[in-house]
Amino acid sequence: MQTETNVTVEKERIVIHTDTSKFDARKSEVNQNVFIENRMTADNIDVYYSDNHAIKNVSLEIRANEVLAIIGPSGCGKSTFLRCLNRINDIIDSCRITGSIKLDGKEIYSSDFDVVELRARVGMVFQKPNPFPKSIYDNVAYGPRLHSLVSSRAETDEIVYSCLERVGLLSEVSDRIQNSGTELSGGQQQRLCIARAIAVQPDVILMDEPCSALDPIATAKIEDLIDELRSQYSIVIVTHSMQQAARVSQRTAYFNLGELIELGDTSQVFTNPNHQLTEDYITGKFG
Amino acid sequence: MHEFLTDLLSGVLGGYLYPFILEGMLLTIQLAVFSLFIALALGLLGATAKLSSNRIARLVAGTYTTLIRGVPDIVLMFIIFFGGQLLVNVIGDKLGLDYIEISEFTAGVTTIGFIFGAYMAETFRGAILAVPRGEIEAGYAYGMTSFQVFRRITFPACVRHAIPGFGNNWLVLAKTTALVSVIGLEDMVFRATQAGGSLRQPFTFLFVVAILYLVITAVSDGGLRWMEKRYSAGVRRA
Repeated sequence: MQTETNVTVEKERIVIHTDTSKFDARKSEVNQNVFIENRMTADNIDVYYSDNHAIKNVSLEIRANEVLAIIGPSGCGKSTFLRCLNRINDIIDSCRITGSIKLDGKEIYSSDFDVVELRARVGMVFQKPNPFPKSIYDNVAYGPRLHSLVSSRAETDEIVYSCLERVGLLSEVSDRIQNSGTELSGGQQQRLCIARAIAVQPDVILMDEPCSALDPIATAKIEDLIDELRSQYSIVIVTHSMQQAARVSQRTAYFNLGELIELGDTSQVFTNPNHQLTEDYITGKFG
Repeated sequence: MHEFLTDLLSGVLGGYLYPFILEGMLLTIQLAVFSLFIALALGLLGATAKLSSNRIARLVAGTYTTLIRGVPDIVLMFIIFFGGQLLVNVIGDKLGLDYIEISEFTAGVTTIGFIFGAYMAETFRGAILAVPRGEIEAGYAYGMTSFQVFRRITFPACVRHAIPGFGNNWLVLAKTTALVSVIGLEDMVFRATQAGGSLRQPFTFLFVVAILYLVITAVSDGGLRWMEKRYSAGVRRA
């Protein structure tokens, strides 16, 4: 019953964005004439943690200007898969990945793909808000400085203020922008982390259960923000909340035991799933 | 004013307090501060090695902390002071160098720094492990290199966790300097024993030394509290 209501909400919101004018300079440098339908494509991805086969032969694509939700029971490999997309799994010694992931047609696991560049183009927001132990200003300014996107103080100011404005934080922190980012409330910290992620103008933003540590009001703010950010970025969101997936995403991928069971338009996955396992999960039979 | 002070001080305790013992105190402080720098450097190095994925680095650092923490300080002091002198000259001989004399001060600083480096390594290791994994991952996810992650995230965040253990080590280190009198350095304990002997008032001078050590540790305590406040900015207490 509950699911149905949420799908209705989702249906009202569903809009296919094909506007390419907002792509920034870097994106057009990469591919000047072709509209990139698929920002990222993952082919036959397998992930192993030592002997544990965590992801089994997963292939999917991430489209421009869409929110792709990844749902599934605990331990099904949602986060593991997400973490392959910006190679953050590389810092885990026991983790081994096979298969191919391309960003705008370029293989990210090839040795000539600069991992720092990759992480500038594929941003990430984590489950637990984790601002750097620095001021609110520095938290946002650090990325543009690191990736040489700014050359003057005025430019940095502009990016910092506009990013804080976009996540709705500017009015709340304008009088204490030099205070430590860790002094903010949980919801504010998470929005600061999103501001920090968009400050480097990524192509794709990965979100690993960004609202699971937040209250309903903060969650609603973040969901509105995700919906707004979609006009400029591709967003992949891992979530435990099926309602959230229904509310914010255009397509949904259902994972179970490391396998991609179903991938389709969110409305279809929630109302008319093709696979029995998906239906069982969505209707609450397990998970 | 200065003259008045020196006059007053030289009148106390048969003239032994100033400059005799207070000069010894200065040496004690110098020894402690120099040793601390060595200990900090070795500690950071040791902690990083122990946490590294390189097996040889882990083995070397593990051997270092196990050996040093397992042997009494005074035994190490003798081994490093006499053994170090011997070793340097055996090597010097082979290279055709003249006899090299290692000063007591250098030997003292090296030994104490070497011993406390092992304790610091464990303190820093604990502190680094206490930094939430997510913060480090966030740094990498943001495009930082491992060095940038260490400098910008792990290190500043671990200082807060390291301060209590670091403070402990520093206080013990400051007091361990008393051991250097065995290798002939005239620190304040050495001088107080001499003064006590010549005036036949051993306890008076031992009390004086005890109070002077208390002064050093009390001042350090204040400094440590200030550091703790500074590095805990933005952290709520439950």
